[in-house]
Amino acid sequence: MLAFALKRLLFLPLVMFGVTALLFSCLQFLSAEMRASLYVKDPRQLSQLEAVIEKYGLRKPMPVQYGLWLKQVARGDLGYSETAKMPVSEAIAAFFPATFELTILSFFPILFVGVYFGVLSAVHKEKLIDHLSRFVAITGYSLPSFVLGLVLLMIFYGRLHWFPPGRYSLETDMLVHSTAFRHWTGLLTLDCLINAQWSAFVDVVKHMILPAATLLYISVALLLRITRSSMLEELSKDYVRTARAKGLHERAVVYKHALANALIPVVTLSSLLFIGLLGGVVITETVFDFPGIGRWGVQAAQQLDIPGVLGATLLSSFLFVSANLISDLLYAVCDPRIRVGGD
Amino acid sequence: MSLLGVSLIAFFLSVAALAPVLAPAPAGSRDPYSIPQDGFSPDPVPPSRAHPFGTTEQQFDLYYGMVWGTRTAFRVALQVVGVSVALGVLLGGAAGFYGGWADEILMRLTDIVLAFPDIVLAVVIVTVRGPGLDNVMFAVTAVSWPSYARLMRGDVLSVKERDFVTASRALGASNARLLLRHIVPNSIYPVLIVASLSMGRIVITAAALSFLGLGSPIGHADWGQLIALSRNWILGSSGDPFAYWHTVFIPGTTIFLFVLGWNLLGDAVRDILDPRQQ
Repeated sequence: MLAFALKRLLFLPLVMFGVTALLFSCLQFLSAEMRASLYVKDPRQLSQLEAVIEKYGLRKPMPVQYGLWLKQVARGDLGYSETAKMPVSEAIAAFFPATFELTILSFFPILFVGVYFGVLSAVHKEKLIDHLSRFVAITGYSLPSFVLGLVLLMIFYGRLHWFPPGRYSLETDMLVHSTAFRHWTGLLTLDCLINAQWSAFVDVVKHMILPAATLLYISVALLLRITRSSMLEELSKDYVRTARAKGLHERAVVYKHALANALIPVVTLSSLLFIGLLGGVVITETVFDFPGIGRWGVQAAQQLDIPGVLGATLLSSFLFVSANLISDLLYAVCDPRIRVGGD
Repeated sequence: MSLLGVSLIAFFLSVAALAPVLAPAPAGSRDPYSIPQDGFSPDPVPPSRAHPFGTTEQQFDLYYGMVWGTRTAFRVALQVVGVSVALGVLLGGAAGFYGGWADEILMRLTDIVLAFPDIVLAVVIVTVRGPGLDNVMFAVTAVSWPSYARLMRGDVLSVKERDFVTASRALGASNARLLLRHIVPNSIYPVLIVASLSMGRIVITAAALSFLGLGSPIGHADWGQLIALSRNWILGSSGDPFAYWHTVFIPGTTIFLFVLGWNLLGDAVRDILDPRQQ
């Protein structure tokens, strides 16, 4: 088990190399002049394009440029993100907590609703509640997040003025940037609570309700379906029949016996889901103008802010590979029949 | 449920086929996919007799856009899924069958592409190659084929060890014959199931890229882009917050029903092809 985990950990830097190398090769479609112009901010300096090409080695072959970038990263310098208007490492520190809070706020409702209705669906198979929850799930799965997001904004922001887009209102903005506000954790909700700024806390939460609701509706389907089918499989097994035959209460059969075994695939899927949310939900963050990793990554990609794209993708690919490792290990922990690594 | 899926897709198919009848291109138009403009006023106009679905900003007719956009949507869905499944079956099948270093390289490549947040990679590809529908399709294909390739490889690995393959090999069958006659037909079903289930997702991804403004030029009949045009109008006018509801609601519902149709159809295909689910 340990050997397996170590092997997978060694795999991590390899994937990160691959991800960045792939990005570099995508950029080779652009001419050296175009890539140089990305560094030039003032149009009057366009005459010095050759100097920029020379300075950043943009005419050198791809592997050489990639090597130069790696050298820079090895010195701990990820570069400067033009879209975020700050160094990449600072941008990650600024955007990641926002995404993290949104993830926490949407993940637990998804988990609860998905598992709860998945179990209900399986127990009452082919009954009204089963059809209903499956229908709601498949409609959520079919709804593009930008459509749902715009409709929610139209109703809850345009009409009711309850939940505005963005990260916080103007007052909160002034408050958190004032010297009186101490940033203990970097997580805005927690910091508001620690600083005893209740109205700011409510304001920050209010700004996260709509994106969290969008994520809940569009991501709950998968979890619900997995819970349902896994639960159906368990309920048809012999040990469930035994438990029923010995006169056990139906609730105990369902929740103590069957659910414990049915949860194994659910655990691994939800760990992947959690990290998926953490890696930045690009479209949802963009629609709600929520300053997280996903919005930054896609803005950087659109403006060819190369250090920005590299930073955002490095972070999310790192999370992705770790999530796979964690879900494999969880699988082995939950199910003693599975022995990873073949030992 | 699957009946609903079939009827939705049948409905969209007939709309696509009958597009020239349902929404005839205005006389003198060179490209039926460019939506006619009724004036250049920046404000959307709600549904009326002249424009049954209303107009977007700059007066593009939504009804015309929806009808001809159906063709665009089918083209994107079928082309992207078709090419990525073909690539996945070809590369994954070869990797699983021959094994060795080619297999190793291919699987590491899929690891890398799958580790990317797919929309970000797709956006980089489109930005580098320039916006446009063809580049959107190229980008979505580039991020979708690895999952099919991995699935195909796994199935080929298990099928090639089966007795009937060994028997056929003992009878002197060539590699090509083994692959085409025995292995591929016995391992392709899971890929087809996943492909039919992922049709809807691919439509959403392509529409999301159009929504970000990377798709076809403004005025092309493309649903994702028509939704992008509604982004500035969700607040309505003063006193009437839902004044421009149609700009997001009509293209939104259309995409939703199209994707729902594919998802329900995909479920049905899985029930037919996958006996374990019965």
